[in-house]
Amino acid sequence: MNFQAVRSIYSFEMARFFRTLSQSLISPVLSTSLYFIVFGAAIGSRIDEIDGVSYGAFIVPGLIMLSVLTQSISNASFGIYFPKFLGSIYELHTAPVSFVEIVLGYVGAAATKSALIGLVILGTAEFFVDFEVLHWGAMLAFLALTCISFSLFGFIIGIWSKNFEQLQMVPLLVITPLVFLGGSFYSISMLPPFWQTVTLFNPVVYLISGFRWAFYGTADINIGISLMMIALFMFVCLGIIGWTFKTGYKIKT
Amino acid sequence: MAAILSVQNLSKQYDGGFQALKNVNLEIEEGEILALLGPNGAGKTTLISIICGLVNATSGTARVGGHDVVSDFRQARSLIGLVPQEIALEPFQTVIDALRFTRGLFGKRNDPALIKSILEKLSLWDKKDAKTMELSGGMKRRVLIAKALCHEPRVLFLDEPTAGVDVELRKEMWEVVRQLKADGVTIILTTHYIEEAEAIADRVGVIRGGELLLVEEKETLMQRMGKRQMRVELMQPLETVPESLSRYDLEYDAETQTLVYSYEANGERTGIASLFADLSAAGLVMRDVETRQSTLEDVFVGLVEDKS
Repeated sequence: MNFQAVRSIYSFEMARFFRTLSQSLISPVLSTSLYFIVFGAAIGSRIDEIDGVSYGAFIVPGLIMLSVLTQSISNASFGIYFPKFLGSIYELHTAPVSFVEIVLGYVGAAATKSALIGLVILGTAEFFVDFEVLHWGAMLAFLALTCISFSLFGFIIGIWSKNFEQLQMVPLLVITPLVFLGGSFYSISMLPPFWQTVTLFNPVVYLISGFRWAFYGTADINIGISLMMIALFMFVCLGIIGWTFKTGYKIKT
Repeated sequence: MAAILSVQNLSKQYDGGFQALKNVNLEIEEGEILALLGPNGAGKTTLISIICGLVNATSGTARVGGHDVVSDFRQARSLIGLVPQEIALEPFQTVIDALRFTRGLFGKRNDPALIKSILEKLSLWDKKDAKTMELSGGMKRRVLIAKALCHEPRVLFLDEPTAGVDVELRKEMWEVVRQLKADGVTIILTTHYIEEAEAIADRVGVIRGGELLLVEEKETLMQRMGKRQMRVELMQPLETVPESLSRYDLEYDAETQTLVYSYEANGERTGIASLFADLSAAGLVMRDVETRQSTLEDVFVGLVEDKS
């Protein structure tokens, strides 16, 4: 195991995050603030409490997840796609590193970045609504698991993408709808029964539900099932990445 | 001397069916400079890409320092530095960070003294804090070389180091290569400039259509294949070459009124003296005489034509 290489990749990726700090942090914070103003303050004041939680507070976990998911995917996919695009990826192939070091470096950095963004949004939310986190440990664990799984997913997208268009297609066409329909802004119990069943096929539902449980102790779905689903997703991603590197698919000829 | 690089029965067929390498065998000794010479698309880059880990071989093996490049890739790759053909650098990274990054990838701790000495050797020290995108093309190439050297490899691959580079910079690059050899680094470079192979290589491998046609000492190659030519320009045009000169196997170029005589440069007798005698006996008056040694280029063109 080449830990020095992991450290090199990790700090290189983090350096980019800090170099573009304004872009990396300001835009998610700004867009989340806008959500709070629109949904929390303006519309939320006319909506009843959900499960005993005010609407403004109810959407906090969902909004954090919304940013964390998209940031994880875009950070990780961009992180590995950019060297591919520049051609500088040759260094990773010719260095004494296996996919384990590469994934730890890139995915570790992407997950760290999105976790930081998640925490900053949590802090931002404090300015807009009153809420308390019931289970801090579970909340942080859920955040970490989500960041890691979706950074893995983003890494896969980055490797498989042939151009910038494809790189943005999946987050735009798949992730955004999944997050919006995953219960960020509503409880799935508010849906008609048929759509409730359909929703269960959306993996994001389990994430948001579990995350919200960590905040308020109530959830649409059993917390155990939520954990299992996210673990399953993580292992599927790891499996795909392992297979990709083993066969050289999309990275070697 | 022990072979630092050993390639056995290496073949590569790309997915589209293109056979880029056909059963290539090659041994390289420590400390030498080998030039892989061949036209574009001959398989030069594929060969070094397989050794360096960029491309998977279809069959065959490659070993560096005794380590298989696939099953023992960590040991093998630690010994290798690669300077790619295309300039590929992170544009916002500074020169010194780029070197530190590469050294880290190879599992080595930062070594400021070593990095400084490499940068100085490549005249990049005063640019150490510049972003790579601010550098000129020649400097970027030197950064690639510096990156390839900063983990102290024993074998350095240079893939077309001077493709699209002006004459000045090419000479400069050759100087760098000679210096590296003096430091004990084994160098394998690909090129389609014969001049380049002639100028810096110890041995030359000629590769064409995925086949390694031959690998030989540059001097031997030129001696073995090298011919001298004497061109004799005549005062008057000839209708036919006189019968008395037939044993010289002369070619006659009517346009320039020139007789061309080819002979072994290192033969005991060149036959020039008797040719001159026979020329005057035949009543031919010479206007001018010129002799020239065939270059590696002539040898190369001869080889490539033979096979096609």
